[in-house]
Amino acid sequence: MSKKCEKLVDIGRRQFLRGTGIVAAGGIATTIAPAQSKAATPLARVNYPSSKLGNIKDLKADAPFDVAYPDADAPGVLLKLGKKVPGGAGPDGDVVGFSTICPHKGFPLSYSAADRSFNCPGHYSRFDPEAGGQQIWGQATQNLPQYALRIDDKGDIYAEGVDELLYGRLSNVL
Amino acid sequence: MAYKRQIDRLPIIPADAKKHNVTCHYCIVGCGYHAYTWPANKQGGTDAAANVFGVDLSKQQEAETVAWYAPSMYNIVKQNGQDVHIVIKPDRECEVNSGLGSVRGARMGESRFSTARSTQQQRLTDPMVWRYGQMQPTSWDDALDLVARVTAAVVKEQGEDGLFVSMFDHGGSAGGYENTWGTGKLYFGAMKIKNVRIHNRPAYNSEVHATRDMGVGELNNCYEDAELADTIVAVGTNPLETQTNYFLNHWIPNLRGTSVDKKKAQLPDEPHAAARIIIIDPRRTVTVNAAEMEAGKDNVLHLALNSGTDLALFNAIFTHIVEQGWTDKDFIQASTIATGTKRPDLYPARGEADGKPGHLTNFDGAVEGCKISLEEAAKITGLKAEDIAKAAEWIAKPKDGGKRRRTMIGYEKGLIWGNDNYRTNGALVNIALATGNIGRPGGGVVRLGGHQEGYVRPSDAHVGRPAAYVDKLLIEGKGGVHHVWACDHYKTTLNALEFKRNYKHRTDIVKDAMNGVPYGDRDGMVKAILGAIKAGGLFSVDVDIIPSQIGQASHVWLPAAESGEMNLTSMNGERRMRLTERYMDPPGNAKPDCLIAAGLAQHMERVLREMGDAKYADQFKGFDWQTEEDAFKDGYQKHAGGGEFVTYETLRAMGTNGFQEPATAVKDGKIVGTKRLYTDGVFSGEDGKARFMDAPWRGLQAPGKEEQKAKHAFLINNGRTNLVWQNAFLDQDSDFVMDRWPYPFIEMNLDDMASLKLKAGDLVEVFNDAGSTQAMVYPTPTARKGETFMLFAFPTGVQGNVINAGVNELVIPNYKQTWADIRKIADAPEVTRSLTFKSPEYRTS
Ligand code: SF4
Ligand code: FES
Repeated sequence: MSKKCEKLVDIGRRQFLRGTGIVAAGGIATTIAPAQSKAATPLARVNYPSSKLGNIKDLKADAPFDVAYPDADAPGVLLKLGKKVPGGAGPDGDVVGFSTICPHKGFPLSYSAADRSFNCPGHYSRFDPEAGGQQIWGQATQNLPQYALRIDDKGDIYAEGVDELLYGRLSNVL
Repeated sequence: MAYKRQIDRLPIIPADAKKHNVTCHYCIVGCGYHAYTWPANKQGGTDAAANVFGVDLSKQQEAETVAWYAPSMYNIVKQNGQDVHIVIKPDRECEVNSGLGSVRGARMGESRFSTARSTQQQRLTDPMVWRYGQMQPTSWDDALDLVARVTAAVVKEQGEDGLFVSMFDHGGSAGGYENTWGTGKLYFGAMKIKNVRIHNRPAYNSEVHATRDMGVGELNNCYEDAELADTIVAVGTNPLETQTNYFLNHWIPNLRGTSVDKKKAQLPDEPHAAARIIIIDPRRTVTVNAAEMEAGKDNVLHLALNSGTDLALFNAIFTHIVEQGWTDKDFIQASTIATGTKRPDLYPARGEADGKPGHLTNFDGAVEGCKISLEEAAKITGLKAEDIAKAAEWIAKPKDGGKRRRTMIGYEKGLIWGNDNYRTNGALVNIALATGNIGRPGGGVVRLGGHQEGYVRPSDAHVGRPAAYVDKLLIEGKGGVHHVWACDHYKTTLNALEFKRNYKHRTDIVKDAMNGVPYGDRDGMVKAILGAIKAGGLFSVDVDIIPSQIGQASHVWLPAAESGEMNLTSMNGERRMRLTERYMDPPGNAKPDCLIAAGLAQHMERVLREMGDAKYADQFKGFDWQTEEDAFKDGYQKHAGGGEFVTYETLRAMGTNGFQEPATAVKDGKIVGTKRLYTDGVFSGEDGKARFMDAPWRGLQAPGKEEQKAKHAFLINNGRTNLVWQNAFLDQDSDFVMDRWPYPFIEMNLDDMASLKLKAGDLVEVFNDAGSTQAMVYPTPTARKGETFMLFAFPTGVQGNVINAGVNELVIPNYKQTWADIRKIADAPEVTRSLTFKSPEYRTS
């Protein structure tokens, strides 16, 4: 759980300089591999695992905390924004979680603390974690998938769902 | 909260799904897509054998995979009356986009008409007529009979000039060769309609008369040239947002340096490096930012000139290039006229005539006429003299070893809908001609384009030049019938509020008259309508895919089909022609425009015969097409250059890559096209020679602009934005788009906001003597004081309302030079509260 988002940022930069495709996920964030059970009969929506992604104590304001959800191949981050925001969990409503694979073509997003945005080196899309992952500008046809978070009494943070289809999979739970 | 679809899985395309060729319906780039369809009760599986990709879909796919599609690419539509799943996804094998989909095109799937999923329920499914005080459905025969009776009566009484026509001339969407031919044959073949205008401007004219008059067709290069150029010049265009995948897939590799190998391979005898780019635009756009990110600031020259001063800038660059001896003398000698022509008497204030507002001459004549010093141009443009000199150097200074620099120049609405269109266009083409940058790899002087093209029509010579200023004539009460083909003047014209006010008044006269007669009394109805027309009324017929805003005033709506609901051919900005195959049914009883035009022609013939005018009726023969392919054969094959080589069958086989027009032959079942125009140095003038233009600076040319500038505090620059296609005719029904832009944005400088006590998201009124409109404030730190930028043609705030009526000699509107005042209307309404107002500029830290 200690791995920082810098690695994502790094990949973003390298990608940016190199300009050709890379694997978006796999080995980027291997922190959580939640056990999942596949539904026997297909349901209208997929069954999301409830996965513990960290504890509120792990989060520092504006420092992205690497996670993966709903499985190890789906990197994301938790962010503590210090103000109540849409979809924010926790006592202050300021903890959010997002996928960090760009929903356009699957490049890894990097976080800019300077203006609190996710930025994609692929084709310059930008997303706002303070506005439910709304695409500020970009080529993705969806806003950034955000986690449904629950924080229990101990401060443990659980993800229990995602609100858009994740890039690179035709079912959010594989 | 940002709009989320709450979709967490999609049906998988089975291995045996049907696959159709699709070219994106929207912008000029014309990206290649495929539409996959399969029965509603079937689905593919995650096993490699069970899906069309042959890939194990139970695994996470990597970046840029072909084996993924977004919810926006998916829908359920009707195909031959049956529900089918559809996925419309970008094609990696298409040379144009190499698998990229933009935020506009990659929403095609979701923007299809679907009863099963309730998308685009705004689409018209039936002909509708004004009956009992509202629009009511009717049959095709009934609607066309009414239209034909009123039209024939008006034409018999007022002559063909009493019939006003607004008709699209574009490709893509519901345009294309089939449909421009259908409407063209009706109005320019069977009739000779003079009071006619194009979808986005108030007259039937070219937006680039100048370059054509100079012998240089405006789409003369290929997209690969952007990968080969040493320098790219972007004038009045924001290609990352308006020619997205052309920019991403062909400009960026050159700015990044990843196309250097290609340059070395194709052009081995000269030095190569990553491209430099000159961006001429008063506003800092995301294009400037992306270029800086990729090429480094040192290789990007953003010339943020004073609005409307491009002509002075181009002349200074041209003058400097000539003075430095950086011209291509051999090219000038071989390909341009040798002898100069006399200046028109009143030049430069006026040309020889309004139809000829320039002075076409030889190189020396242009050098003399365009001469302007760097310092003088700096004063006019607000730029630094050394930056203008630098631009000239980047464009024309020979490379190491004395090799000619390859410079590609692309321009669009900043020039086209800017000050002094004709001469500014000419002055820019001068630079390309002087440096030999046309018809050669890495060159071209091209308009970048808005929509795709698909124009084939009988001659429009009878329209004349300058063409009639149709919107003005309509305001003045001229004409009795107005046929509108997918044009929405209420959103996309200048002087729009005044137009709307008058148009509504005139069409209301007819509505009131219609309300007084039982609908079933056809003779009585026609008589009442004709009486109302005599009293200043106007009978309006709107052919469109949706009830447009101008349609609110119409008396008849005729429902049209879109690309994909019919077979449709178009070409993109490098003249690349493809066939979009019909992959679904049109909504309800909607039909392709070409077949609607044919139906109207047949009804006209019948009605005229009934009226006893057999001779006139005979002119309406020749419309017995059963399908759009019949219209294609009648039009494109017989009338387009090289059309005889092109069939649906060969186009189908050539997939999403198609060929570049004009076709020159068919070889081994494949159409042979033309990669670049003018490679032989022979130009489009009668003598095969290109002309230069003597085009001196003459200030703000269009009537009313100087006064407006003096009177009002803010420049209201305007244009399109990434997310929205055209006037949002489909996007207005997209939750994803309307969630982001409930109102048109106006980018404002922060100090200006402070002095007007404005906050992000506040609604403001933008107003001047021409009219008023509204917008939502978007704080923009990079905006210059006193200079705003407003989203153009948006349904919830029409920017055209504040564009004054002044046009150039050829009736080209001047949108970009608009000044107005701004005042607050209201605090940010609820819908804008959840929006992000952060900068659109990509950042790495
Ligand atoms: S860039 Fe233009 S043509 Fe390509 S997908 Fe986007 S809108 Fe369509
Ligand atoms: S992959 Fe992120 S913008 Fe294209």
